[in-house]
Amino acid sequence: MWDYAKIVALGLIALAAAIAANYARDAAYLVHAIIIMLAAGAAFIWSVRQIDEEKPAPEVATGYLDGVVRYGVVATAFWGVVGFLAGTFIAFQLAFPVLNFEWAQPYMNFGRLRPLHTSAVIFAFGGNALLATSFYVVQRTSAARLWGGNLAWFVFWGYNLFIVLAATGYLLGATQSKEYAEPEWYVDLWLTIVWVAYLAVFLGTIFKRQEKHIYVANWFFLSFIVTIAMLHIVNNLSIPVSLFGAKSVQVFAGVQDAMTQWWYGHNAVGFFLTAGFLGMMYYFVPKQAERPVFSYKLSIIHFWALIFLYIWAGPHHLHYTALPDWASTLGMVFSVMLWMPSWGGMINGLMTLSGAWDKLRTDPIIRMMVVSVGFYGMSTFEGPMMSIKAVNSLSHYTDWTIGHVHSGALGWNGMITFGALYFLTPRLWGREKLYSSAAVNWHFWLATIGIVLYAASMWVTGIMEGLMWREVDANGFLVNSFADTVAAKFPMYVVRGLGGVLYLTGAIIMVVNLWLTVTRGEPKSAPATVAAPAE
Amino acid sequence: MDTYSLLRQFADSWMLLFLVLFFLGVVFWVFRPGSAKEQRDSANIIFRHEDAPVVPAAPDPKEDRE
Repeated sequence: MWDYAKIVALGLIALAAAIAANYARDAAYLVHAIIIMLAAGAAFIWSVRQIDEEKPAPEVATGYLDGVVRYGVVATAFWGVVGFLAGTFIAFQLAFPVLNFEWAQPYMNFGRLRPLHTSAVIFAFGGNALLATSFYVVQRTSAARLWGGNLAWFVFWGYNLFIVLAATGYLLGATQSKEYAEPEWYVDLWLTIVWVAYLAVFLGTIFKRQEKHIYVANWFFLSFIVTIAMLHIVNNLSIPVSLFGAKSVQVFAGVQDAMTQWWYGHNAVGFFLTAGFLGMMYYFVPKQAERPVFSYKLSIIHFWALIFLYIWAGPHHLHYTALPDWASTLGMVFSVMLWMPSWGGMINGLMTLSGAWDKLRTDPIIRMMVVSVGFYGMSTFEGPMMSIKAVNSLSHYTDWTIGHVHSGALGWNGMITFGALYFLTPRLWGREKLYSSAAVNWHFWLATIGIVLYAASMWVTGIMEGLMWREVDANGFLVNSFADTVAAKFPMYVVRGLGGVLYLTGAIIMVVNLWLTVTRGEPKSAPATVAAPAE
Repeated sequence: MDTYSLLRQFADSWMLLFLVLFFLGVVFWVFRPGSAKEQRDSANIIFRHEDAPVVPAAPDPKEDRE
């Protein structure tokens, strides 16, 4: 019965999308309607072909639903390379404006590729990594199969459809101009549906867990899912101009809108890029080190302190604006306080290796994870410092901010994700080990040197331009024009682009290594003996 | 009193107090006597069920598609 209902629904969606395409008022909406029509049509045909087919026996090797995790790993690796490539390209566009090709105007100029890059790395690469790892971790730590049957598959495909819609929308000029929340109203609605399904799968699995305690990684994952749902809905309150057009108008206006945006924007960092990835850290670092987390007490306090403080830090993005002074002071104070739980978490991650520091020398994966946690510590020190008003008056609107974001994103999020991918791939595809450990080493060094080049050049250029902007002569006149700063920044922009090339090269080496692990890796010798828990 | 001032006053007083007490409660709860043993057990959850769930899910054909 359900199968037939599904087919009817998919057919109706495809039909409605075709009608919408016919009435479309702008190019982005037209392309999106066609994409939805094709996706629904493909799902329709696939479902029809499944009807009355003999269902294959459920996976026996493990009782866990790992197919969706495997797809998530592939999607993470794929989107990672796409996002890094886009980032490297736009870095060179800034250094060499001629790369904003005349023939590709306006689709491939910096303004449209930049949100493509940020969304590709944060939501496509990071988001798929979070989906895959949260599904993997919640099953292992709950000792239960994912709840909701194929709902997890809906979450995976639905989320990736969201990404395709977002990316094509940016290129075609559909954006609501909110940082990290650029997709227009119907894409937002679709993500809301997918996200509720994600929450249901995750919570459902936790409800049927066989362990009494909910492992700390799941707390972080859950706070990430719940908070992102809240942020996404509030920040995207908008009224479409037409049912058949991409354009919408925000409900909030002026400084309220700005504050809502940065409440969203900073908590996207806090809960998407921090809480979710801390969930990864609390599972994969202890697993790879083969020892339990340093202090479980600290991990609980880390969790509660982090979520209590992060939510208030957003106003530090709006220092010296129309925002009331008390609000920006509040944001600053909470940002500075946030340093403590962040470093508590970092210490917890690093000290997990105590007594096993030798692994740093022998295991390139653990080295990657440790550098990742190190960058977490560095950027969570740099962030609070930059949120202080006096510092912010120098750093704001400069490339220092960009450097800060990238030391967090490339260093912390990127490296922990690479570590998780290296951890997961042999296990998910039943391989003894990775195809090449030396390649992991190459990846590690390329990525690390790439980040150092990136962050260092952005510090130099950011502080330089901040100082140039405020420089006044004896009569109180500004010394430098904006174009002067642009000219002075050129060498640092080239260095930044080269850092991106190194990071991208490392990621490509990883993809090749993972591919060879899956296709040519030595299969696991004996099926893992199912050890009975000692209780 | 208008809604903003009312909510602002509530947020500045009772809600703030509640959140602080909740957080302190968490800290006390974490350090409560006898928690160490339980936490040691919790920290080791990740090493227990690598390959299979505790109760193998009854093979329900609807749940699978692989």
